[in-house]
Amino acid sequence: MSDPKIEGYEFKPGFKGMAQDTGSDQTMFKGVHWGKAMMWIFLLSDTFIFSCFLISYMKGRGSTLVDWPNASQVFGLHVFGVEVPLLLIAIMTFVLITSSGTMALAVKYGYEKNRKMCGWLILATAIGGLIFVGMQAFEWSKLIHEGVRPWENPFGAKQFGSFFFMITGFHGTHVSIGVIFLFIYAYKTFKGHYDEGKRGWFTTIKGDYVEIEILGLYWHFVDLVWVFIFAFFYLW
Amino acid sequence: MSDEYENKKGYQAQSSESISSGGGGSGTVSDADYVRPAEIPEQDLYHGHSFITKWVFCQDAKVIGVQYFLLATFTGIIGLILSWLMRLQLGFPEAAGFMTAEHYYQFVTMHGMIMVVYFLTALFLGGFGNYLIPLMVGARDMVFPYLNMVSFWMFFIAVVVLLASFFVPGGPTGAGWTLYPPQTILEGTPGSGMGILLMCISLILFVAGFTMGGLNYLITVLQARTRGMTLMRMPLTVWGIFTATVLAMLAFPALLVGALMMTLDKVLGTSFFMPTILQAGEVLEYGGGSPILFQHLFWFFGHPEVYIVALPAFGIISDLISVHSRKNIFGYRMMVWAIVGIGALSFFVWAHHMYVSGMNPWFGFFFATTTLIIAIPTAMKVYNWVLTLWRGNIRLNVVMLWCLGFIITFVNGGITGIFLGNVSVDVPLSDTYFVIAHFHMVMGIAPLMVIMGAVYHWFPLVAGRFLDETLGKWHFWLTFLGAYSIYFPMHYLGFIGVPRRYFEMYDSPYVTSAVGMNEFISMAAFIVGAAQFILIFNIIKTLKIGKPAGHNPWQANSLEWLTPTVPPEHGNWGEKLPVVHRWPYDFSVPGAKEDFITQTTPPSEVAETEVEKT
Repeated sequence: MSDPKIEGYEFKPGFKGMAQDTGSDQTMFKGVHWGKAMMWIFLLSDTFIFSCFLISYMKGRGSTLVDWPNASQVFGLHVFGVEVPLLLIAIMTFVLITSSGTMALAVKYGYEKNRKMCGWLILATAIGGLIFVGMQAFEWSKLIHEGVRPWENPFGAKQFGSFFFMITGFHGTHVSIGVIFLFIYAYKTFKGHYDEGKRGWFTTIKGDYVEIEILGLYWHFVDLVWVFIFAFFYLW
Repeated sequence: MSDEYENKKGYQAQSSESISSGGGGSGTVSDADYVRPAEIPEQDLYHGHSFITKWVFCQDAKVIGVQYFLLATFTGIIGLILSWLMRLQLGFPEAAGFMTAEHYYQFVTMHGMIMVVYFLTALFLGGFGNYLIPLMVGARDMVFPYLNMVSFWMFFIAVVVLLASFFVPGGPTGAGWTLYPPQTILEGTPGSGMGILLMCISLILFVAGFTMGGLNYLITVLQARTRGMTLMRMPLTVWGIFTATVLAMLAFPALLVGALMMTLDKVLGTSFFMPTILQAGEVLEYGGGSPILFQHLFWFFGHPEVYIVALPAFGIISDLISVHSRKNIFGYRMMVWAIVGIGALSFFVWAHHMYVSGMNPWFGFFFATTTLIIAIPTAMKVYNWVLTLWRGNIRLNVVMLWCLGFIITFVNGGITGIFLGNVSVDVPLSDTYFVIAHFHMVMGIAPLMVIMGAVYHWFPLVAGRFLDETLGKWHFWLTFLGAYSIYFPMHYLGFIGVPRRYFEMYDSPYVTSAVGMNEFISMAAFIVGAAQFILIFNIIKTLKIGKPAGHNPWQANSLEWLTPTVPPEHGNWGEKLPVVHRWPYDFSVPGAKEDFITQTTPPSEVAETEVEKT
């Protein structure tokens, strides 16, 4: 990405540039929208939340005396008479990663002021998220049907159920919030709120296509977190 | 008043004025006075137009700051009353017949949690942060005013939920402010039903609300400074609040996770923290969890929390000392890096709260080392405060008294911290009154002194009137001497082994010497607590008949005093944003007409003085 044009300010490459930006007045991240900077810092904070969750999970898994259940067995799916391990989760992961791709495209079309394409891609992302949450609900109900509860687990250590429901639940909440915002943003895009700078309902801030990028950052983060949860719960 | 001031100080950086005073440049703006043009567009503000949008759901950071301040003070007074009840029980148990042991544990718990989280954190970051950051960096408001407003109301709900736990069956939780499982949620601990649940929910709400505010503080400092305001020209107050907010953004997640898991253990019967356990001879459903995990989560939050309170105090006190001793702060850059360094180190010391929890001894070794390393930047700061005072033109007013009180108290509490940071010294002293004395000195009284100093310092800005000096001196001396009367004897109580959190002393061997001391401490505590109402009286009196302060009453340099109106209006700066040419510490510059040069004075105006380039 090229540097933004700022009157009276000359960008320098590399470490010198970083030092110069840090030492300059007004802004530290030159040309970065306030909301975008905010989202990055929020995501840093959110990273710590998920890190705490996953470290607690490692500690909990490491210190139980009862055996941890075998992931490929617990998360297996019985399709057409064949046991396929991790089938559902593979599809879920595929859908979520794909929705990250559509989100990235939506950001691109947004900046090109291609209102229609941008709107459709946001809608596609939202639907991808919705499918993900739906499949997660299916997985939850399957496990609950098999007797796994936050407080007990027929396959082994009871902490398995506790951590699984808590962490995937917390992640699912993130996805659901993202889906709600994606639908709102799709509506706003189709209505042209970002083209005409219409003010938000609550915040009274003028609309801008940068908001789509900010939501995109959040969405990519949620996907990234899912990769870690996937690795820790399903592959370990 | 304001016109005369404007002519005298030329505080608005008007380029046309600076040429006439003879800078070395040609053209319309002298070269020395050149500041890059604005790169951020004018902020789009929502101006309230009804009582509700102006004073209740207000988006002006200054009003939100005052709201935070008042609500935090309100909860702080509740914490104060709880401490009175505790001291009544300890000093005069026969007079406290209405108190049971359960009450005592509940009051200890609520006092601790209220004072640390809902009083000090909210007051420093929510109160001072909101009021001062936009003014000090030359912004019109926080960058996300709406989010800022929601932040305060989340805090409000958190306080309501917290206080609601006094009225639920079983009362508030009595597990100690550290909320250690398993006893927190076992029957027999007071408030193990609704009490702990409301506590966890309140903490989660607080963290959510704080995150919204914290994002505002960080982005305002990073991305919304005025022209000429570099990071190294910011007042140390802003540095302190900024670094503390970074800590909060990274430390509160651990508390959130801990509180959430505790809630699930309580409500759903999960076993995150609960080992296999007997209760009244009956094996409970719980099993396989790790109580130590909660301690790690809690203290990963809890230790940075100490610095979330201390760093804004460090920053504010640096500014107060500099202004009231008319000298630049000694070693500004060192001070900044010390704040940042303390903040970074504070994430690597948490387990020094857990020396007696049964960790691997090598852990103790590591954490003792990191803990003692923190003494280095902290000591640097203390030396720099003292060196700022050294040969300064000290104004011994109430603000300065609080500053001096802070330095002494902080050194005192810091030294006992070195005792407790060593594993071998900590083990016998752990859970005694020595610990109570230590942390009340270092993060109770010392930050409180800063708050008081800051109130006397910035009240003329917020309300436009001076607080009464005589009442202020009474307030200071009663608080200072009283606080020492409370906490000095506690060191001794700790050495003779009196354990903390005990409802009464029973027939212990130390009872004879401890009883008299406890009575004395309790008397002092009542007096100190009552002395705080002098300030409230002073504020009410001043609002009615105080001496008007006018512009820049302390002859300070930083931007918050240079607003066109006092108190500043929404938008802070009137027509034009200020332009900054220097740091805020140019006091007593040789050759200058006044003993201060404001941040907005153009260099060409002070070309003949020996002012340094900053």
